[in-house]
Amino acid sequence: MIDIAVVDYGMGNLRSVSKALEHVAPDKQVVVTSDPSQIDAAERVVFPGQGAMPDCMRELNMRGLRDAVVRAAASKPFLGICIGLQLLFEHSEEGNAAGLGILPGNVVKFVKAEMHDAVGHKLKVPHMGWNQVYQTMQHAMWQGIPDGERFYYVHSYYVVPDNQEIVAGYSEYPARFTSVVAQDNIFAVQFHPEKSQHAGLQLLSNFARWNGRA
Amino acid sequence: MGLAKRIIPCLDVTDGRVVKGVNFLELRDAGDPVEIAKRYDDQGADELTFLDITASSDNRGLILHIIEEVASQVFIPLTVGGGVREVEDVRRLLNAGADKVSINTSAVLNPQLVADAAGRFGSQCIVVAIDAKQVGDHWEVFTHGGRKPTGLDAVEWARKMTELGAGELLVTSMDRDGTKTGFNLPLNRAISDAVDVPIIASGGVGSLMHLVEGVQEGGADAVLAASIFHYGEFTVRQAKEYMRDHGIEVRL
Repeated sequence: MIDIAVVDYGMGNLRSVSKALEHVAPDKQVVVTSDPSQIDAAERVVFPGQGAMPDCMRELNMRGLRDAVVRAAASKPFLGICIGLQLLFEHSEEGNAAGLGILPGNVVKFVKAEMHDAVGHKLKVPHMGWNQVYQTMQHAMWQGIPDGERFYYVHSYYVVPDNQEIVAGYSEYPARFTSVVAQDNIFAVQFHPEKSQHAGLQLLSNFARWNGRA
Repeated sequence: MGLAKRIIPCLDVTDGRVVKGVNFLELRDAGDPVEIAKRYDDQGADELTFLDITASSDNRGLILHIIEEVASQVFIPLTVGGGVREVEDVRRLLNAGADKVSINTSAVLNPQLVADAAGRFGSQCIVVAIDAKQVGDHWEVFTHGGRKPTGLDAVEWARKMTELGAGELLVTSMDRDGTKTGFNLPLNRAISDAVDVPIIASGGVGSLMHLVEGVQEGGADAVLAASIFHYGEFTVRQAKEYMRDHGIEVRL
């Protein structure tokens, strides 16, 4: 029995995700896999991702992983990270790419020209570093994590869900943007819990024990 | 509240040990890289940067083991640079547990490497390190640890590197490195204003006020320092509290 499957579709470094999971859940079997049958067999699934969304979709399709990911997102505790959050939506401005369409909404880019901080300095893109995450929903995944805790981000695009009821958290850069969504057995984050020190490890620890309900 | 300015301790590693020199010369031993990395993580470092300055090719592989060990114990972003010559070097470092790879001399010799690496692994993990020195009325890019002039204008070079796909720039003032006289603020400001990606200021930190100036006057998104932390003058936490007390948003 595989406890946690980390979906490997060739995009980015999954070592840090699996290392962090092993660190917080030494009693669980964590596998990094590109085998659909292992994803089907796993008790819970982590869907990470780095790089450009069109490349990610292409790799998911080419490797025959798309259906297994969609099945997991419909049936068991499922954690999307970074591009793994963005891919759940219908469409991205990045390369005008279609996503998996599991959640209604789009992925859009930060508009550099409009972004300045309180003292007028221009804000950089990618949004890189530690930003505060404000929780907008009671959720088992937030257990032990203070509202407004900082997590590590690196991204240039963010999700705009059609349904505001799935928004579980947001950050500001400089405008408010959705950084966490939750629906049924899905919890997905724009930041990198595996690189967010104590707060990130707490979130991953919560996931390793989550029953898939809010 | 929003994005915090980052403090990044830098570990210069040679033959498996952390060292620190003055103006890229006169290296002194500063300890075991894994122990030092864990100490900075405990103190609240936002990221860690490892620069492999190992001269002999025999010991090149040591950095991979160090990164593997650090990455299994320290869960913050890790950047590794030094001796990155081809896309395969980037892949090896990322697989060992690096989150970002810093490219310096090889970006000058072969700018296409930056484009190829960013295309394959994403801009988010490609940092271009620029070593610059004042020459006449502008800043010139130097390579090979600051020994070789390139004739390239540092601000123009910064712009070109981001166009090729660099997701972040590490700007080191060769005039200041190891001198403890503060960052070269006009250099950092010029590059920060010229590009859209985050800038890490490096070279010359001797006091906590220098970190504040790097952000407020130099326009840096992150500040990198080595010796003020290695020899216990200040902890990372003290540095962050000082920056916070000067109105800079930090992660505490």
